[in-house]
Order: sequence, then structure tokens, then C-alpha cells
Amino acid sequence: MRITVDQDLCCGAGQCVLIAPDVFDQRDEDGIVELLDPAPGPELKDDVHEAAAVCPTAAITVDDG
Amino acid sequence: MSPQEHTLQYPLTQTAPLEPPQEWDELRRGCPVADVHLPNGAPAKLLTRHEDVKATLADPRFVRDIRVGTRPEGAEDDPGDLTRMVPSTGEEHLRWRRLVGRWFTAKRMKQLRPGMEQIAEDLIEAMVASGPPADLKAGLGFPLPVFVICDMLGVPARDRERFSRWSDILLNLTRYTGQEMRESQQEFVAYMSGHIEAKKTAPADDLISALIEQRETEGDGLGDTELLGTAMGLLVAGHETTANMIGKMVAMLLADRSRWERLLEDPSKVRTAVEESLRADANAGFGLSRVLSEDTEVAGEHLPEGTPVVCSMAAANRDERVFTDPGNMDLHRVPNPHLSFGAGAHSCLGQALARTELQVTLEVLLRKLPTLELAVPPEELEPVEGLLVGGLREVPVRW
Repeated sequence: MRITVDQDLCCGAGQCVLIAPDVFDQRDEDGIVELLDPAPGPELKDDVHEAAAVCPTAAITVDDG
Repeated sequence: MSPQEHTLQYPLTQTAPLEPPQEWDELRRGCPVADVHLPNGAPAKLLTRHEDVKATLADPRFVRDIRVGTRPEGAEDDPGDLTRMVPSTGEEHLRWRRLVGRWFTAKRMKQLRPGMEQIAEDLIEAMVASGPPADLKAGLGFPLPVFVICDMLGVPARDRERFSRWSDILLNLTRYTGQEMRESQQEFVAYMSGHIEAKKTAPADDLISALIEQRETEGDGLGDTELLGTAMGLLVAGHETTANMIGKMVAMLLADRSRWERLLEDPSKVRTAVEESLRADANAGFGLSRVLSEDTEVAGEHLPEGTPVVCSMAAANRDERVFTDPGNMDLHRVPNPHLSFGAGAHSCLGQALARTELQVTLEVLLRKLPTLELAVPPEELEPVEGLLVGGLREVPVRW
């Protein structure tokens, strides 16, 4: 699983951090998404997909390949 | 697409306090771009499909305008109109959003959690001391978010009755005249300006002081008007919305008590139960308006520049193209891409705060009042009339 985030699209909603705090964080200076772990283990797959699906600006992309 | 027989009066009428208007299904199926008359008589287009609502809300070309069809004549040109005090488009909006957004991150909300839990416990204890029965809206739903936002902004909670009145007038569609709205806005501006001035001379550990400090130390920050509009906007936004949602969430979970019992058995479902309550809220209020800044096409229909469009997120949240069995409350629905906080660059700034408040309220209620139940049949709950934000007048409960 490879994750990418688009910081230009991010609106700082924080849903990803609430759902998968080991993978996503928000920058202190502006609340924009920060990727803590671009390739997390399979146990986080469901959470990561949920975070991507509910992101209000579709700023998270997950590649399962 | 089937032609519409007659122009609908908007907002539509719910069939029951917790049930959606019957038109939603028909509109999503056959008339996704519907002609409506708004409360002030102006014509607009109503969108009800998830795909269209999401795309329109997220489209940077379209200008958000909270006043579309809701303000009586004469209320338009007010200098204290807070919707004009904060930049609403493009780079300027992005800059504002990032300057303020840093104070509403998930991490910061997590730090506020223990304080929120304490407020919830104190309010519930006060409710228990004088009941049962009790009105959960007056005893818990309303005061909790007010205490939290007052604390964040550093404004005294003892002034909350004034804030409630200003919020009510600013968010009301029909009840007040242009004159009343102007006067109320002027009072609110005077109050908040005084508060900001006081923070400049005596800063404290709160958001307004931090925003003032931010512009002094970092050279980039909010201007005076932006700061005033932000403080007023946050106070109003932190008021009615979550306050009403707490009441509606608890009412929905108790209306079919098996939902409450499932949460008692497995409190780890609180997070998804909160999201599902946000999705299933049929009494969500007006929706969000956009004015089209250029010609566009929605669901195959050509819409010319200048068309006022109302997006019903609550109708979109029941779109069967996106949600399996949308009429059913599934407390473990994952993912739950509901649009209750909007979509795109303008989606709710305070959503992590609202989510945390809703989660904390539900967790503490389940723990302290497991025997909670509605004290009236769900069909006797009464919706509030005429607010941009939907809610119930009272949520009578016992335990």
C-alpha cells in the first residue's frame, strides 16, 4: 500500500487524523495534512481507505498495488 | 429527466420530526435540478444528488453566499455583515483558512477532550439533580458547545444569552425584519470589537489572543476586519449547529432504542454512530447556497451564470447511489462520505471540534445515563421553525 497526499488540495478537516493517527498528521502552523507513514502495514488498510473515502477535498490517494 | 409539475416551496416540509421530506427520493430520481422558491420568494435551483451537491460545493468557480434567498430587503448592505468580513474566495480565502485552521486540528481537539468530558459530566449531574424528566437540549446539547467555544475564544460564558440571541437572529430565515437584523449585527460588532481591544492590552490563553499575537510575531496574520469577522463567525458557528445536532443525535439514537443498546454493548462504535447520525439527520436546515459565476452543466441541465443554487446535503446523504440502504441507520457504516460538513475548500472549518463534541457527549451519556430514553413518542418531537440550522425545540428524556 502506497499513500500520497495533495497538500494544495487539503482543507485541514482532520478526518484522516481522527481515523488513522499513525499514518496522518496535521502541520502545527496551518493544519494541513502531513504523511507520517506513506507505506503502512496491512493492518491499517481499512482505516487508510476510510480516511481517503471521506476526505472532503479528495486529497488522499491510496495505491494497493 | 421528467419535467417538474410545479415550483416547490423551499425549505421542504418533513413528514415527521426525524423523517425526511417525501420529495427527496422523487427529486433525486427524476428531477435532480429542481425549481424552488426560497423563503423571500426568489427562484433558485435545488440539488439533491450526492454527486451534484459534492461537485457544486467543491467547485472553486462558484461563490458561496449564505444570504441567497434568505434575507429580507434592506439587510444586504450592512457593514457588520460578517459573511463579508472574511475572504471567501481564492488565494485570500486559502490564506485565511490556514491562519485560522491551525487552531482547529484534530490534535488540538484531542487536547480539549478532557475539558469537554468534565463539562459534559457536570451538565449531566445537574440534569440528574433536578430530574427526571429533563430537556436534554436545554440541559446538555445547548450549553456544552457554548461553554467550549466561549472557552476557546476567551469570551465569558455568562454573556451566553446575548450570544444566543445574536446567533438566532443571524441564522433565522423568516422571523426577523431587516431592521432587527441590522441592529443585532451592530450590537454584536460592538461587543466583539470591545472584546478584541481588551485582548490586545491583556492577552490570555485563548484563540483571539493567539490570532492577535500571530500577526504581530509572524508578520502575516488577520487584519482587523478579518479578526472581527472570524471571532463573530466562530462564535455563531460554534453555537446553533452542534447544539442542535447533539439533541437530534440523541433523539435519533433513542427513537429506536435498540440503537442505544447496541452502543451500550459496544461503545467503540461511538465514532461511526456520530457520523451516521450526521448523515441521517433529516432536519438539517437550509443547506448551502452557491451563485454560479459562469455557465455550467449539472446533471445534464444547462445552468446560466448568476443562477442561485441550493445544495441539500441532507438529501444527498440519502442518495442510494452512494449509501446502501440509506433509510436505515447503520451505526457501523464505513466509509461514510456524508456531506453534512460540506465538501471542498469551504468544508466546515470546525468539523473536528464538532465531531469531538458529539463523540464526547455520546460517550459520557452512555456511561452516566445508560437507562436514558425519550420521555415522549418520537413523532411528538417538534422541529424548530425558520432557522438556517435545523433542530428540535426540546428533547424530553428520562432515565
